[in-house]
Amino acid sequence: MQRKAIFNNKLLPYLLLAPQLVITFVFFFWPAGEALWYSFIRQDAFGISKQFVWFENFTDLFADPLYHQVILNTVIFSAAVTALAMSFALGFAVLADRHIRGKDGYRTLLIWPYAVAPAIAAILYIFLFHPDIGLIGRALKAAGIAWNYTLNGKQAMFVVVLAAAWKQVSYNFLFFLAGLQSIPRSVLEAAAIDGASPLHRFRTVIFPLLSPTTFFLLVINITYAFFDTFGIIDALTKGGPGNATQTLIYRAYIDGRVNLDLGSSSAQSVVLMIAVMALTLVQFRFIDRKVHY
Amino acid sequence: MNRRHILLGTSGLLAAPFIAPSVRARGRTEIQFWYGLGGALGERVAEQVTRFNASQSRFRVNATFRGSYVEVMTGAIAAWRAGTPPHIAQVFEVGTATMMAAGPAIRPTHELLGEAGITLDPKRYLAGVRGYYSDTQGRMVSMPHNSSSAVMWVNLEAFEKAGLSTTELPKTWAEIRAAAQKIKATNAAEIPISTAWPTWVMFEQLSSIHDVGLATKANGFEGLDAQINLGAPIFAKHTNMLLEMQREGTFVYGGRDGDGFASFPAGKAAMSFNSSAGRAQVQREAKFRWASVVLPHHGDITQLPHNGVIGGASLWTLTARNRSAEEYRGVAEFYRFISEVEQDKWWHHVTGYVPLTLAAYEASRAEGFYTQNPGADAAIIQLSRAEPTPNSQGFRLGGFVEIRNIIQEELERGLQGQQNAETLLGNANRRADVVLRNFERANRR
Repeated sequence: MQRKAIFNNKLLPYLLLAPQLVITFVFFFWPAGEALWYSFIRQDAFGISKQFVWFENFTDLFADPLYHQVILNTVIFSAAVTALAMSFALGFAVLADRHIRGKDGYRTLLIWPYAVAPAIAAILYIFLFHPDIGLIGRALKAAGIAWNYTLNGKQAMFVVVLAAAWKQVSYNFLFFLAGLQSIPRSVLEAAAIDGASPLHRFRTVIFPLLSPTTFFLLVINITYAFFDTFGIIDALTKGGPGNATQTLIYRAYIDGRVNLDLGSSSAQSVVLMIAVMALTLVQFRFIDRKVHY
Repeated sequence: MNRRHILLGTSGLLAAPFIAPSVRARGRTEIQFWYGLGGALGERVAEQVTRFNASQSRFRVNATFRGSYVEVMTGAIAAWRAGTPPHIAQVFEVGTATMMAAGPAIRPTHELLGEAGITLDPKRYLAGVRGYYSDTQGRMVSMPHNSSSAVMWVNLEAFEKAGLSTTELPKTWAEIRAAAQKIKATNAAEIPISTAWPTWVMFEQLSSIHDVGLATKANGFEGLDAQINLGAPIFAKHTNMLLEMQREGTFVYGGRDGDGFASFPAGKAAMSFNSSAGRAQVQREAKFRWASVVLPHHGDITQLPHNGVIGGASLWTLTARNRSAEEYRGVAEFYRFISEVEQDKWWHHVTGYVPLTLAAYEASRAEGFYTQNPGADAAIIQLSRAEPTPNSQGFRLGGFVEIRNIIQEELERGLQGQQNAETLLGNANRRADVVLRNFERANRR
């Protein structure tokens, strides 16, 4: 047995790692570090006068009752989008996994929404749900329901959740379908021979075997709801009415880019960074244990 | 053309990005201009620049569309921080205070023109336009470019259907409410009244027309320590009226920013409020007879409504470390060019924005432009019908974008029925004051 490394040059490994390290540093650590630094500073838009204020940006943020509402909005929004997008995707995947005629066609069509840009998805939902020009919106009004998501916060939340979940269903569907197809037929046949009903088979065999996929998608979906739904909210409600559909990422954008308050926006980014780190830690530490791989 | 020429051309193209921009284009000095008008209006900006480039051979203005007004402003600020700003940035009127507080980052227009030896008398410009972009000594800090004002749009066919006069249109809010009630009672239109830009129309214009400050210290012109003045009785009166009208179904809220106007060109709203620059859209889409008139006032508060305020954007000259006198000269020449009567008149006619200069207005009137396009002068009349007072000259409030949104949000809560007019105004006042204090702290030097 030869234990000696093939490369005994000490510099070479670092050299080979350098491109990756440089990219990580320039595109991840540098901006994150800058955000951390800015969160302790109060400055004007042009950065002409800067003042170190310690934790003032954070204390201001958490003293603001509206920020508490934004946190609550984000929790409701993320939970609803994740639950909706995953349960529908699982349903579709189970149905598309059957031996039915033209299933390739169904599958392809189900993947389409994923290719739709968030802003376009939002426009589609405006055409569906807008109280004056939307198809469903006008039907609801005609049916005597006081439908107006531009003024009703709960209805606005419902519409953005629906649009955001609709966009994510395709992605989840793909993974669930792949997961279902990798379940050995023999296991299912054995269960069927033992007399397990389709529902029973799903609950006791398929779902546990799908758990790695489900877990992976849970992480992806929560991250999606947290960070990638900005376009949908911006085009549909702009965070309104009032602050009913403002989420953490949307508020950080508004404060930083529209209101040009870099201190507060950076503090919010730091809060988000910590939240995501905590979330990931919790998921991998506690949920991971219950997943069968 | 032989192969060598093609080769030369190709290598030139490849090398172009590495050559300093100012020496490109056959010895002409290049001026970078970032703007935020899309669609048809954006095409007009490009045309304006082409006209300038064709008018002389010393400078070349390079106009680039950089997205929305917000994106142009944040982009230009980020570029300034990185040391590579454009020479000219088009900044919307609510960004004025932020730009004005930016000291070393901007070159005030009066200084720029003075250095270039160009004299443009501020008195040539429409009072309402000039005042908004001038400092307390009356010197212009940015260059007026595209200005509008909010006007009232009336669907004359809906008025006819309701049995209302189409020649004597309502002028006060009381008359408007009565007309809206009649429209509702006769079912002449689905929506009696809608509005775009709720804060701009229902608070900013309202305050200016009634000569009541939206903020103290002459709306912020006299110092960063201004305070929001939503406690003034006129705001409570007007907000209460809006909430009552919503309850009785005569006012229908259509969303933030420009969203509420969509129902007017579609023929659903009998009356609506929007920028005078909405004219092109109405002309193109409306399939009914319509009129645009000046904004209403509260007849029991004033008989002599003051001037309204402008909307739109102005041009800001940005500084950079190695920017030459020649480059600033080019910017100054561009400003002079767009202020020429002929150019200004052309801009006014093709865009629907108000002219920058009084001379262009007079010339348009002499040509009969307003008899051919009735109502095209509503915004101009509204802007120039009174000499601006400290309360009606415009707003110089730090974080004004945020303040506008705060008022919009609190109004939405009121319209949802979560709070009454007094609470709504109190909350908006408190939140907006926090924005002003933060701005004051961040910009104190």
